[in-house]
Amino acid sequence: MLRRTSPVIPGFGLTLGYTLCYLSFLVLIPLAALFVKTAELTWEQFVAITTSARVLAALKLSFATAFGAALLNGVIGTLLAWVLVRYRFPGRKLIDALIDLPFALPTAVAGIALTALYAPNGLIGQFASAVGLKIAYSPLGITLALTFVTLPFVVRTLQPVLADIPREVEEAASCLGAKPLQVFRHVLVPALLPAWLTGFALAFARGVGEYGSVIFIAGNMPGKTEILPLLIMVKLDQYDYAGATAIGVLMLVVAFILLLLINLLQRYIRTR
Amino acid sequence: MSIRRFAFAALAGALFTTQALAADTLLNVSYDPTRELYQEFNSAFAQHWKAQGKGDVTIQQSHGGSGKQARSVIDGLRADVVTLALAGDIDELHRLGKLIPADWQSRLPDASTPYTSTIVFLVRKGNPKGLKDWGDLVKPGVEVITPNPKTSGGARWNFLAAWAWAKKQYGSDEKAQEYVTQLYKQVPVLDTGARGSTITFVNNRIGDVLLAWENEAFLALKEEGGDALEIVVPSLSILAEPPVAVVDRNVERKGTRELATAYLNHLYSEEGQRIAAKNFYRPRNAKVAAEFAEQFPQLELVTIDGAFNGWKEAQPKFFSDGGVFDQIYQAH
Repeated sequence: MLRRTSPVIPGFGLTLGYTLCYLSFLVLIPLAALFVKTAELTWEQFVAITTSARVLAALKLSFATAFGAALLNGVIGTLLAWVLVRYRFPGRKLIDALIDLPFALPTAVAGIALTALYAPNGLIGQFASAVGLKIAYSPLGITLALTFVTLPFVVRTLQPVLADIPREVEEAASCLGAKPLQVFRHVLVPALLPAWLTGFALAFARGVGEYGSVIFIAGNMPGKTEILPLLIMVKLDQYDYAGATAIGVLMLVVAFILLLLINLLQRYIRTR
Repeated sequence: MSIRRFAFAALAGALFTTQALAADTLLNVSYDPTRELYQEFNSAFAQHWKAQGKGDVTIQQSHGGSGKQARSVIDGLRADVVTLALAGDIDELHRLGKLIPADWQSRLPDASTPYTSTIVFLVRKGNPKGLKDWGDLVKPGVEVITPNPKTSGGARWNFLAAWAWAKKQYGSDEKAQEYVTQLYKQVPVLDTGARGSTITFVNNRIGDVLLAWENEAFLALKEEGGDALEIVVPSLSILAEPPVAVVDRNVERKGTRELATAYLNHLYSEEGQRIAAKNFYRPRNAKVAAEFAEQFPQLELVTIDGAFNGWKEAQPKFFSDGGVFDQIYQAH
């Protein structure tokens, strides 16, 4: 498996050692500590915490809004990537640079700005509330914040792949008699799908854990607009470390299973 | 393998670099609304310390939610003194961190609380909904803004003030619970901290009344110019007592006990009390209180110890998992 063919960076032992060290300190040890802390609870306590009505409501809300946001970005992000790769127009570079801004902006700033805009008295929110639509302080607002925060993922994963598909491939398909929809369905989708799924999974995972922007726009009503990361903070503020890590473990496991499923789906698509 | 050795040295260096702390720096870990108060107090204390011939002192401040700040100190933040929103959070420094003795609150005058505050209403200019007292807050159509008592120290004072009024008005715990249940049904947004609620109410213009620390309400009014907001003082409220403490374990390690103790004692001095009053905290010192008597409205104030038997009883009864506050939202 490990064929050592003229590596560019010297020393397999050194690089692997660094990698493992790095991973241990940054990822494995903190995650292990999470499980160790949770182990202070008995199994019954763990089950009681993770299946309480409030935790389940928050779990559903967190994963549903993150899924919704990832899906929304899946559509809009694809369009954006398409426009940015396939067309040349003035201001293209500027828009391209704008895409990364949601990553650079502190999420709390994004949350406060979005809330100010979409609150019932806000610049945009007043029109929405005039037609009876509540954006801020509802799951819709949470999805909106998550869509903003995770915008770059799908765009950035699709762009290089899309740029690698030569226009000639589409032209060839058309010459062979494929209709535009068929070209899209049989030529573009299979090439883009693995990258699209990666972007989707990244956006989804990021959205599930997002805290900073959401707490401002969510309204945080228990059982209605309370996200799981907030419940963790609530537990921590009661000095209930074990309870907080129990919810952390729950999130981790659910997220891991979902990401694993997405990965399996990807592999299935590749080998098909 | 010189590369390997170098790499190892670099790694070890990164891991074991520790920074030396000079003895004449002091870290005060506080909660959110005291930012302005301690900015002014710190420079006054530094001058006072120097005038006594004790040399220069640098005071660092850290602000955040009271519970979060207490947790940072328990988890190892080297605070010399803590000045938090409620005694319950400082109790945890003893219970979870063993950083201070159990009797910390009896070491300084007035139960270690050099200044106090209370909970008042902040309403829109002209008080369009005619909100005069706690009973008006549960009228149909009134929206109340208050943070979540589970994540905000200030919100716990809000909750207890409402409870104390209802208990006195209706005479029983059951009726008081009915009242706070109705009150929280009229809360459209539960922010995580006092500043978040202030933003919701003042900047996003959500709600008809904000339950706020008196000092926060005055500060909001001062910054906003008094054109859009006004303060309503209810008939009864709670005496909010944000206590202070020297963190024994940390000052012993750093050799700053004398400095830290002098710092807290200076809060009780006339100068310290005057600075607190100027920043809208109610002073303990009778002479300074008389000077600022016009600034602070008179109202009936219950105390946490008098009406609720202290935080040790109030915290589990009202705010722990399954407590009175959780029952409000389970009833939905």
